Amino acid sequence: MEYLIIIISAIFVSNIVLAQYLGICPFLGVSGKVSTSVGMSGAVLFVMTIATIVTWLVYQYVLLPFGITFLQTISFILIIASLVQMVEIILKKVSPPLYQALGIYLPLITTNCAIMGVALLTVAKPDFDLLKGVVFAVASALGFGLAMLLFAGIREHLDLMDVPKGMRGVPIALVTAGILALAFMGFTGLV
Amino acid sequence: MNQWKNFSKGFIKDNPVFVLLLGLCPTLAVTSSAINGLGMGLATMFVLVCSNMVISLIKNLIPDKVRIPSFIVIIASFVTIVELIMEGFAPALFEALGIFIPLIVVNCIVLGRAEGFASKQSFISSLIDGLGMGLGFAFALTLLGAVREALGNGSIFGYKFIEGDAILVFILSPGAFIVLGYLIALLNRFKKTI
Repeated sequence: MEYLIIIISAIFVSNIVLAQYLGICPFLGVSGKVSTSVGMSGAVLFVMTIATIVTWLVYQYVLLPFGITFLQTISFILIIASLVQMVEIILKKVSPPLYQALGIYLPLITTNCAIMGVALLTVAKPDFDLLKGVVFAVASALGFGLAMLLFAGIREHLDLMDVPKGMRGVPIALVTAGILALAFMGFTGLV
Repeated sequence: MNQWKNFSKGFIKDNPVFVLLLGLCPTLAVTSSAINGLGMGLATMFVLVCSNMVISLIKNLIPDKVRIPSFIVIIASFVTIVELIMEGFAPALFEALGIFIPLIVVNCIVLGRAEGFASKQSFISSLIDGLGMGLGFAFALTLLGAVREALGNGSIFGYKFIEGDAILVFILSPGAFIVLGYLIALLNRFKKTI
């Protein structure tokens, strides 16, 4: 039950993109087509899960015991950056088809604040153990994927619409995202 | 390069938020009031100026292959400094900005200027570029925060000019997207006429 609450709240109630404003850059940047947004969401799911596990372990077993939690920003970003590189190299070797699907999105992920944000949120919650952290990370990534997919679907249709000149491109995309966020606010109070 | 042009490009022509669309996460997240927007803008500006200066000074010492990781470490050090200073001297602001202070590290505008400008230009140019871009970012965040606070709370910088309730949704997450969308649309319109 506890896990179910974590999952539902991470996907719907406090959706990482639409309610917590994390990962806006890829949300606006690569959401032009449904196919690219699926690739990006897959890459995020993959990296977010691994990054949360590693950063949680480092925080609990290195930073906390030695009393050096002020180094968490530096250590987390280094972990995430090297992890992304490592995942890229391993994927290239072990699973070329998966690498082909996710490869071009991986370098972008280092500066995706959703990854770092979820890692920071996970260690900031005192009642989270490793399993809860992983469930939270996976659910957050799924929430990211859901928002991405919905948004990409809307944008594909939006391309065919007659949008006023000044609103074309980014402004209408932002207003659309705002309306999507408004729809997601309907989930408030679910958990 | 003309230094005044270098300084002023960050405000309108190459504004990080309205034109380059970099660093949107903190832009949307912390601008529920003008003062939060200003605080975040100034914190980012500090990091931007310092990292630009340091990177332009040591750009010849960094091997090309490990340039991005080195930039990230330099930026992360300054972010940690900002974090500690803010926690010590402005705890209320630190609470309000939450995880978006450490997330300055992954703010694309800082790394973007480091990679795109400071790693190629002289110390003075980089310093001025950091100042201009940082002020442009702070200006955009303050403007967005002021509009959202005015519509959502009926106040600006905490000074209340409408009694009673206002349109609360502008302080919540949908309002952030919608206000930024319309501000960019307005700016596009305005830019065509000048």
